[in-house]
Amino acid sequence: MTAHTDVVRVPHQQEDPHEATGHAEQGMNTALLGMLLFIGSEVMFFAGLFAAYFNARAAAPEWPPQGIDFIVPSLIPVVATLILILSSATMQWAVWRIRKGDRTGMNRAIAITLLLGVVFLGMQAYDYYELLTHHGFGINSGIYGTLFYTLTGFHGAHVFGGVVGISIILLRGVAGQFSARHHIAVEAVSAYWHFVDVVWIALFVTLYLLH
Amino acid sequence: MATTTLAPRAGTYRRSMVYEWLTTTDHKKIGALYIATSFLFFLLGGVYALFIRAELAVPGLQFLDPETYNQLFTIHGTTMIFLFVMPMTTGLANYIVPLQIGAADMAFPRINALSYWMIPLGGLLLFSGYALGGAANAGWTGYAPLSAREGIGIDLWIASLVLLGTSSILGAINFLATIFKMRAPGLTLMRMPLFVWNTLVTSVLLLFAVPVLTAGLMMLFIDRNYGGGFFDPALGGNPILWQHIFWFFGHPEVYILILPAFGVVSEVLPVFSRKPLFGYKAFVFATASIGALGFSVWAHHMFTTGAVYLPFFSFFTFLIAVPTGIKIFNWLATMWGGKLRLSTPMLFAMGFIALFLIGGLDGAFLAVVPFDFHVQDTYWVVSHLHYVLVAGSVFGIFAALYYWFPKMTGGLLDERLGKIHWVLLFIGTNLAFFPQHLLGLDGMIRRIIDYAPNAGWMELNLLSTIGAFMIGVSTLPFMWNVFITLRGPRDAGDDPWDANTLEWATTSPPPPYNFEALPPIRSERPLFDLKHGAVEDRAASTPAARGETHGETRADAPEEVLGEPIEGHDDDGGTPGATPQVSEHAPDATPRDERPERSEARDDPRRPEDRP
Repeated sequence: MTAHTDVVRVPHQQEDPHEATGHAEQGMNTALLGMLLFIGSEVMFFAGLFAAYFNARAAAPEWPPQGIDFIVPSLIPVVATLILILSSATMQWAVWRIRKGDRTGMNRAIAITLLLGVVFLGMQAYDYYELLTHHGFGINSGIYGTLFYTLTGFHGAHVFGGVVGISIILLRGVAGQFSARHHIAVEAVSAYWHFVDVVWIALFVTLYLLH
Repeated sequence: MATTTLAPRAGTYRRSMVYEWLTTTDHKKIGALYIATSFLFFLLGGVYALFIRAELAVPGLQFLDPETYNQLFTIHGTTMIFLFVMPMTTGLANYIVPLQIGAADMAFPRINALSYWMIPLGGLLLFSGYALGGAANAGWTGYAPLSAREGIGIDLWIASLVLLGTSSILGAINFLATIFKMRAPGLTLMRMPLFVWNTLVTSVLLLFAVPVLTAGLMMLFIDRNYGGGFFDPALGGNPILWQHIFWFFGHPEVYILILPAFGVVSEVLPVFSRKPLFGYKAFVFATASIGALGFSVWAHHMFTTGAVYLPFFSFFTFLIAVPTGIKIFNWLATMWGGKLRLSTPMLFAMGFIALFLIGGLDGAFLAVVPFDFHVQDTYWVVSHLHYVLVAGSVFGIFAALYYWFPKMTGGLLDERLGKIHWVLLFIGTNLAFFPQHLLGLDGMIRRIIDYAPNAGWMELNLLSTIGAFMIGVSTLPFMWNVFITLRGPRDAGDDPWDANTLEWATTSPPPPYNFEALPPIRSERPLFDLKHGAVEDRAASTPAARGETHGETRADAPEEVLGEPIEGHDDDGGTPGATPQVSEHAPDATPRDERPERSEARDDPRRPEDRP
């Protein structure tokens, strides 16, 4: 299928040698840009949820509401937080390994990250179970319960999304699809995982430390 | 970008037409799908509007009960905003933006297809309420606690909006990546056509505003289904929070709806005035500042709640009128002294300026806090939003459809039918919505199904209903026009309007890979430069050849470098059509008609009224 236009007959002229490659080959990779823009929209999603939290907190006569004294930085949330921060480090380690062309090192680091992510989700599920059974604290237990489960729940869903992404790059890494030059999926998943980690740190500070 | 070399082989596959359209990742086909789908929703939402206006034509209950009426205005608003204007402008941008920046496709073609297919699915969810026990009935704004009541309709409304919002977010990411990464060599940011600039700013607004709505919808869903307390004071929540969240999205949203129309008008006016756009940079900065200020005015929808700081939001609401005013003046200055061709796209663009001005001034009234207290939730607000959405967005959309139809199909829409369409729509819009100003000032509240016979509102309501039916009738010549044009010969040619931007440099319709060759891009009007010799074999020493200008310093370039004598430069050669203002931006902006040696050289069907 060829097209003949009566408007442009000239062959493509280059304005400048440095523009010969067009924009796509310069600067940030397009897929990574897409991921960063997506993270930007996710930041706004969590900003909406945090706004709800601070709106309720500002209006409440007492915060946390009476009877809720068990949302404290106890062992499980603290360990879970450390695990998620550690997983961010291992994720970055994977990126640095593959930038050097070390596939085995990358696969190891990704596998550890995946394990840490799954452990975080398990600890969150255990924490939910404890709160529901021992304290009778659910999403319908007033505004505090609604906020706690909505904020941590949506964060957990994002961790799950990250775990799926990490699983995919692990499978692709084991299949040998990444190299020092071609590993944009690893960079993108890593950016997303760091974002999920940062959101958790903000959540931990807001829910457990700011009293 | 390697598509250019691969695409010719793609045509050798034989696939069924249906399979091809269902699985396409071509931005032009997806754009056409967006446009067709959203036009169907436009008709559906329009029929809903006619039901509403028929009910309100005279006092008393005519043929609707209050519950049905509540569903009608809720689904009408939601459909028109989320299923008509947003997908329609996305579809236009999908088709046109890659062409205007000289790209072969969008940055993420498969995500582009995904974005489209969420639209019909979202529409299906919204309308399925009728089959499952009643559609949403809390208004398109879904204010809590009204929206916290029982009923599956609102749950489906929430699910639909989350889906449509996700589609918009993915679309916005796609447009931003496309505009930042896929521009042709030489097409710097400050050489991008205004439609691309407006799509860029719209995408930024979508990217940062829609997720906030999604968060609010999730909260509402949790309140309704899992016993959450976000908007329930009994549980420690706050119903005003919904309004904050909704309007934090909702005010950028009104610019999401109108900025693409601004872009279209900024494309159409220079072409049909035979002049460069007046104040390109001012346009760009005005668009960007509308985008930034759009996030700081949301609470002007909430003056009467008593929960917002009135001076702040009133001030910023006035402030955001300034960049819009800059645009109005620049559009007028673009037409001033130009050689106007009153073809249908131009008529719609001029109608846009005239009527959007009314809608914009209405909005400035609403920024005055005491006045807003008086007209909150009255028909004044209904009138304002319809003046900016019907007279604004819809006029812009029709200008775009008439303008780019020859590019999309190869056929030029009939001018006579187009002018009938324009006259009916122009009169109908004013007849339908101007009386609503007066009704609002007189205290008629929005969203009521009935009013007292002795309230004195009967005549104005009847006028408004007649106008609404005129708008409805106006779509008939348009659809007939599209039908006969698609059946007729597709002989519009590549550049029927004698336009300036890159999309007209390829065939009509463009091949799957869009361009065989691109003209050199040295200004925001590469095609104009090509046709009028401004870039032919120039000495590399001229500033323009190094790509440092788009117009201003080119005025200093010697005439022989520009390819041919410039009439505007002759002391005695000035023509009425080429005014000194023109040469300030581009010395070679003389209308084509006055260049006999060129306009005779080419068979140019740019005057549709001359077509046999």
